[in-house]
Amino acid sequence: MSVNITFLAITGVLLAVGYYLVLERTLTRVLLGIVVLGNAVNLLILTAGGRMGQAPLFSPEVAPDEYSDPLPQALILTAIVITFAVTAFLLAMIYRSWSLTNADTVRDDEEDIRVSQASAYDEEEDAPVEEDTTEFVDEEGRPIREGEE
Amino acid sequence: MDFMSLSPLAVILPILGAGATFVVRRKVRWQRIITIGVLCLTMLLEIGMVAATWNGQTYAISIAGWDAPFGIALVVDGFSAFMLLISTIVSLAVLLFATSQGLADGDEHGPVSIFHPAYLILLAGVSNAFMAADLFNLYVGFEIFLTASYVLLTLGGTAERIRSGITYVVVSVVSSILFLTAIALIYAATGTVNMADLSVKLGELDAGTQLILHSFLLIAFGIKAAVFPLSLWLPDSYPTAPAPVTAVFAGLLTKVGVYAIVRTETLLFPEGRVNSALLIVAAATMVIGIFGALAQADFKRMLSFTLTSHIGYLIFGIAVGTEVAMAATIYYVGHHIIVQTSLFMVAGLIERRAGSANLTELGSLAKLSPALAILFFIPAINLGGIPPFSGFMGKFGLLHAAAEQGGVLTWLVIAAGLLTSLLTLLAIVRVWARAFWRRAADAENPTETLVAESKELTSVVQAGGNSGPLLGAKLARRMEAGHLPWGMRYSTGVLVAAGIALTVFAGPLFAFCQRVAVELLAREPYITAVLPPG
Repeated sequence: MSVNITFLAITGVLLAVGYYLVLERTLTRVLLGIVVLGNAVNLLILTAGGRMGQAPLFSPEVAPDEYSDPLPQALILTAIVITFAVTAFLLAMIYRSWSLTNADTVRDDEEDIRVSQASAYDEEEDAPVEEDTTEFVDEEGRPIREGEE
Repeated sequence: MDFMSLSPLAVILPILGAGATFVVRRKVRWQRIITIGVLCLTMLLEIGMVAATWNGQTYAISIAGWDAPFGIALVVDGFSAFMLLISTIVSLAVLLFATSQGLADGDEHGPVSIFHPAYLILLAGVSNAFMAADLFNLYVGFEIFLTASYVLLTLGGTAERIRSGITYVVVSVVSSILFLTAIALIYAATGTVNMADLSVKLGELDAGTQLILHSFLLIAFGIKAAVFPLSLWLPDSYPTAPAPVTAVFAGLLTKVGVYAIVRTETLLFPEGRVNSALLIVAAATMVIGIFGALAQADFKRMLSFTLTSHIGYLIFGIAVGTEVAMAATIYYVGHHIIVQTSLFMVAGLIERRAGSANLTELGSLAKLSPALAILFFIPAINLGGIPPFSGFMGKFGLLHAAAEQGGVLTWLVIAAGLLTSLLTLLAIVRVWARAFWRRAADAENPTETLVAESKELTSVVQAGGNSGPLLGAKLARRMEAGHLPWGMRYSTGVLVAAGIALTVFAGPLFAFCQRVAVELLAREPYITAVLPPG
């Protein structure tokens, strides 16, 4: 199988750019990163189909190995539709995030921060327990101990 | 036409149902009837599918009559049928739970008409993934249920859900991109995406190429299955969703990832080249997950951490890879789906009963809500692996198979598994001691209503003399009914009972899992079903 080196190089660059952008904290950049990644992978699938050939429309005059492989194109079509839907959904979410909090960034989970800052002392488990030395209790439920009135 | 050619209906029915619920989107009652009806039909169909594969048969269905490897095929073997049936049972129980909650809250005219269609599409995607016989169809199945899950996770669009939703969506999309890259590379290397075809052709590649393709797939599926170190998105995003949504996500989504890993390890790359790495990953997933669970103050977050932690057991079974280990893994998947879902439903009930699922605010629930205490207790000790429950049997099977295999690393992972089991019990005992056992007034941040109700109950019991306990029980039941509609309690109860059924019918079920495991490891039945010789 002959491979188109230019396509592979472009795929590599796009993947690098895409992953870099996804690691950003700004949501718009993350979105751009996802779009770039989607295109990079589509290009990779196209490259995986081998060399270019005739359009895969059946005609008796064309020998089978002169067609280009139609399967990657079908796969890319599906992948494009999916990326399109996800992009639209993410855009809506970013807009919603902007209108709710005026922020276009990935925010930290507040509960995460609370847990990480909690002290190791646990009221329920580590507080000293009053030892029971008597089974007798007064009317209000307080233990009656010897020598106490 | 035989029965098995109906099996694509497990995907088609939910999709048609989703369309129908869109048409009647202004009439919530019709949406409910359609959704419940579709799920019941699907369940009946899948009971038939399990029956047909019970003795270890494998069926391949070529869509539109195009034979594999050129056409799209669906494969139903014991493993797929089992996963399909369990996932439908769980989604039906959660749907009844959600319906009852909706009825109690009177959301007939609410704006959330998207819930039912999204729910059905989620189920269609999961079913498609379980039956897919080629990698690209598996990818499409993943995308169908992921897209539906994006919608369900951000229902209502509150600030907190949008925050967690963005993390979830971005992580899922990146894992899908990795999966797609893997498909592209596999196609470039072999010229096919059909899994049966691949299982022959991948073996002809040189070892280095195989390793690259293998790890691509495992990383992509590992993110979906929430395996450490790719699991950190899960406890961040699940707890903020509505209770029924979290319950069904916890049951199904990560397990589709596990299913895909099982197929990768048994069908595509059976040499077990990365088994040692998987063992280490399994141990890390178990131990780090359960430490995370112990640190949490919020019940739902704690459950999310036990969820990822117990995925480690499944990876452990896959990494050991013997027949017994695989059988135990399949059994444990069923146990894990049912128990985790019922616990998340219980978390929803607690939240509804007490107004919060934060353990620092809870107390007295065993007294105020005995039924709820029972509903929590059974799946909880089941999760903790106390005999005679299915959690114990699954873990015992896994550890037994691992011990048979032996080796230093395996024994270390066995130790990690036992430690995790013990710490799970500790986490559960903590929830019990805090939310159920202690007095509500002793909580760090006491909830006023719980304290008041608990006082009222005590005074009724004391004033009633001999009939006090009886009066108290009546009052408790009345209080409980005021908060928790019967449908929510009973749907949870049904799922808890399903968890017990896994224990009661463990004999035949484990024998079935063993037949499935033999089939998975032999590979031959799958390959000949899809690509008939000659």
